[in-house]
Amino acid sequence: MQDSTICAISTGLTSSGIGIVRISGHKAFSIIKKIFKTKKDIDITEGESHKAYYGHIISGREVIDEVIVLIMKGPHTYTTEDTVEINCHGGVAVMKKVLDLVVRSGARIAEPGEFTKRAYLNGRIDLSRAEAVMDLISSKNEMALKNSVKLLDGGLYEKIRDMRDMILEHTAYIEAALDDPEHYSLDSYGDKILPDVDKIISDVDNLLKTFDNGRIITEGIRTVIVGKPNVGKSTLLNILSGSEKAIVTDIPGTTRDYLEEEINLDGITLNLVDTAGIRQANDEVERIGVERSFENMESADLVIYVVDLSVPLDDNDEKIMSSISGRKSIVLLNKSDLETRINIEYIKARFDNILIISAKEHKGTDELKKMIRDMFFNGELSFNDEICITNLRQKNLLSDALESLHLVRQSVHDGMPEDFFSIDLLNAYNSLGFIIGESVESDLIDEIFEKFCMGK
Amino acid sequence: MSEIFDVCVVGAGHAGCEAALACARLGLKTIIFTVSIDSIALMPCNPNIGGSSKGHLVREIDALGGEMGINIDKTFIQSKMLNKSKGPAVHSLRAQADKQEYSRSMRKVLENQDNLIVKQAEVTDLIIDEGKVTGVKIGSGLSYSAKAVVLCTGTYLKARCLCGEAINYTGPNGLQPANYLSDSLRAAGIELQRFKTGTPARMDKRTIDFSKMEEQFGDDRVIPFSFTTDPDTVQIEQDSCWLTYTNDKTHEIIRNNLDRSPIYAGVIEGTGPRYCPSIEDKVVKFSDKDRHQVFIEPEGRHTNEMYVGGMSSSLPEDVQVEMYHTVPGLENARIVRNAYAIEYDCIKPDQLKPTLEFKKVSGLFSAGQFNGSSGYEEAAAQGILAGINAAMHCLGKDCIILDRSNSYIGVLVDDLVTKDITEPYRMMTSRSEFRLLLRQDNADLRLTSIGHDVGLISRERYDHLIEKERLISEETDRVSTVYLGANERVNSFLRDHGSTPLISGSSLIELIKRPELTYDDLAPLDDDRPNLPLEVRDQVNINIKYDGYIKRQIRQVEQYKKTENKKIPESIDYSKVKSLRIEAVQKLTKFRPLSIGQASRISGVTPADISVLLVYLERFDHKQD
Repeated sequence: MQDSTICAISTGLTSSGIGIVRISGHKAFSIIKKIFKTKKDIDITEGESHKAYYGHIISGREVIDEVIVLIMKGPHTYTTEDTVEINCHGGVAVMKKVLDLVVRSGARIAEPGEFTKRAYLNGRIDLSRAEAVMDLISSKNEMALKNSVKLLDGGLYEKIRDMRDMILEHTAYIEAALDDPEHYSLDSYGDKILPDVDKIISDVDNLLKTFDNGRIITEGIRTVIVGKPNVGKSTLLNILSGSEKAIVTDIPGTTRDYLEEEINLDGITLNLVDTAGIRQANDEVERIGVERSFENMESADLVIYVVDLSVPLDDNDEKIMSSISGRKSIVLLNKSDLETRINIEYIKARFDNILIISAKEHKGTDELKKMIRDMFFNGELSFNDEICITNLRQKNLLSDALESLHLVRQSVHDGMPEDFFSIDLLNAYNSLGFIIGESVESDLIDEIFEKFCMGK
Repeated sequence: MSEIFDVCVVGAGHAGCEAALACARLGLKTIIFTVSIDSIALMPCNPNIGGSSKGHLVREIDALGGEMGINIDKTFIQSKMLNKSKGPAVHSLRAQADKQEYSRSMRKVLENQDNLIVKQAEVTDLIIDEGKVTGVKIGSGLSYSAKAVVLCTGTYLKARCLCGEAINYTGPNGLQPANYLSDSLRAAGIELQRFKTGTPARMDKRTIDFSKMEEQFGDDRVIPFSFTTDPDTVQIEQDSCWLTYTNDKTHEIIRNNLDRSPIYAGVIEGTGPRYCPSIEDKVVKFSDKDRHQVFIEPEGRHTNEMYVGGMSSSLPEDVQVEMYHTVPGLENARIVRNAYAIEYDCIKPDQLKPTLEFKKVSGLFSAGQFNGSSGYEEAAAQGILAGINAAMHCLGKDCIILDRSNSYIGVLVDDLVTKDITEPYRMMTSRSEFRLLLRQDNADLRLTSIGHDVGLISRERYDHLIEKERLISEETDRVSTVYLGANERVNSFLRDHGSTPLISGSSLIELIKRPELTYDDLAPLDDDRPNLPLEVRDQVNINIKYDGYIKRQIRQVEQYKKTENKKIPESIDYSKVKSLRIEAVQKLTKFRPLSIGQASRISGVTPADISVLLVYLERFDHKQD
């Protein structure tokens, strides 16, 4: 029997806005009782199992969503534990809110593959499937890892690393002084550390707010437009976003060379990324831009490869083609208003989804939208629900770090001895480390020996 | 024809002494070998026992029924509780030892221990039969049969001492090295590595000008190391230590002669410890520091030799003389013994189980510097554990494992067998994640019942412990029921103690939690307080004062225990675990962790690997059914 209660969004985050938040574990029922109210205010966990109830998810006095809740008592559930499924209707943002509330009420975000793992560990799945479970865990983790890297673009990684550096530096000093009190003094170190702790607290606070505003990550099909310079990528972006009157959000903190916009294509959210044109770079800045273009391709759910059909293919096209082969992609042969100078058959032999368009003359753009729609509804294209989960997991870790830092501040205010500071500092260091996929290992000891001269 | 013993202990340093005493006291016929009877419990480097986190180890050894604490209580000449102004978790006892007395006193204990034979001889070979150790062979060709062997060879294996260009193939202090055992170990498939350490020069006290140094005193009231020592017996007259500093001139001389340092000239092969760098290292690595501390400490009461702490070196003698003479107070000092570096063979400790038995060779245990650690206390701590487990092995009982949640010894051993040890390992309080629970003041509460179960702690001592536990818990409960009104008696008391007066009534507990007050301070306000011994009052005070922090760590320990209790069968073949990453397979195969908890601490093993492993183990369990 597992002792923690886990939760996750167990359907893909489709734009239809309907999805299921699933909770499993011994606290599942007590959590749902806290956050779910039916009209008659009955105790839904008292009734029979496998029954659905209509009502609202509430947080304090705020109504978050109108939902159907399914109560399933263990052991007759997938995981064999008490399980609750909340059918949400309010869209992706609301679903995230519900999940967040479930976490605050005592569950934790499930690890990738954890529901299935529990089902297995609790004897629900037979032995022959064990290996499939193991595969699932390791592949889901790999995906989650990729996602977290994806999310950590845009300076977040650097910010967290800077905070960790600062924390480690103070912790190492305190520990060095405790280890060798005759060499290093901790006199009024609390006063010294407080401004830095406050600074990190406010930085973490700000990051958390950004998470709440949903601005660090936008959910959608990550669609990356690539191609050589001047093939019409930006025109395409403007057409796709402009004609739909989509809400356009700039991602903050960008000193970047690519542009992201969120558009809505008949109810499907696309997270469009326009990248720097790919060619043999002449200078460092451009080289970095080109590198980023390739990185963006790596993390794409869909790549739109734009080719200027009036210019012959060259090495750069070969490079792009080889890096998108195997990915979900659409090849746009743009500038159909000009004379064709490329071998279209050559491209057809390598890619399935090819459209000839003229972005300038708005020819073929409707076909493009239809093609994307079809791919989505055929299930060929989906976005990765792990992103949202990873995102929430990171948010929780940030909250943990914040709590630890507040404890440090409390210890300083209470006049506790310095050795108490470093315990919570190290906890904060760990939580932040998990966000960027780094653990403590021997960081602290290394830092002590690196910075402080100690010994007989 | 060979004599038959239960346990052979090889080496009579701090590890060997504890190991041999543990075995003999548990009733096993034990023999301990040393290359020199005169070097039993020798302290070839610093003249201290204890210090930050090392003091914790000594307390733990004592709580388990070891000898180190008792021996230093008998032979110390100065004692200090370090970090007294800090939290109780980092209070650490450190004593200056009279080295010769320490060694002599331990020798007496060994020589008079029932079931223990002390023998001067160099052990040259291990006798191993089908993966089981069956005895040892000594230099004369004689062999000794044993059910278990504990290797505690310290820095003696293929030892080489370096002092500038002068290289001597000796153990510490010019003692005879052990040149053959390494080959026998290799032949048994045991992997060795080469470590290095060093020691500073010793000076003639008569030639030191102490007026240029700061005098360092011991504590007014000395606290003994051993829980069995009557505190009144250790209130002796203490000797002083002295503090002075290096300066620009010292550093210049060192820099000018770096090419003659065996380390910088590349002569030394072994890896030295980062935490106790030679003065050469300090000057090179911390070139921004314009001075380094130097502690002048007595080596004992029957000698004029003074230890020059902080200036270990392997520079040639002529440079040493010049260098030491730049230090205020040492201008005319005469060197009695030169500083030197020593290189030696030791094992890669990942070959050991957390019981300190070799994974490959049944009945073969090891402890101390041979395992890649450094320090007398670290050695003794492993010594007592290896000794107990060698005894358990002979008696056919389960070996004991100390873990990270109950002791620094557990942290030490877990680190040794789970991490890549690439330099001599020293204990530090920052290595212990649960240090608020692993205090030097509660080592007995943590470990004495284990010592009793094993058989090293007497019934009487155990009963005392049970009584102490009862008093602590009763008094903690009682205090939680005491309430104080906001009356003039209480408030004038608080004002007198620099504490804010009460506006409304308060529990006594809330007042004890104030940083400026303690349980003892508040006695005048606590009318029904029983008369309790200091050791009980201290625990009550700490339990109440740091309650929040302690509870948090207890919760963390509960989490830790869950993974620790999930055992991995020894027969597991990681290459058969599908979906496990190659790196994880390699690491797990190399370390062969005993539990999921231990596996999760191996660097390069990810949480996902652990998840996969858990699923696999579940299947394994079913297969066994």
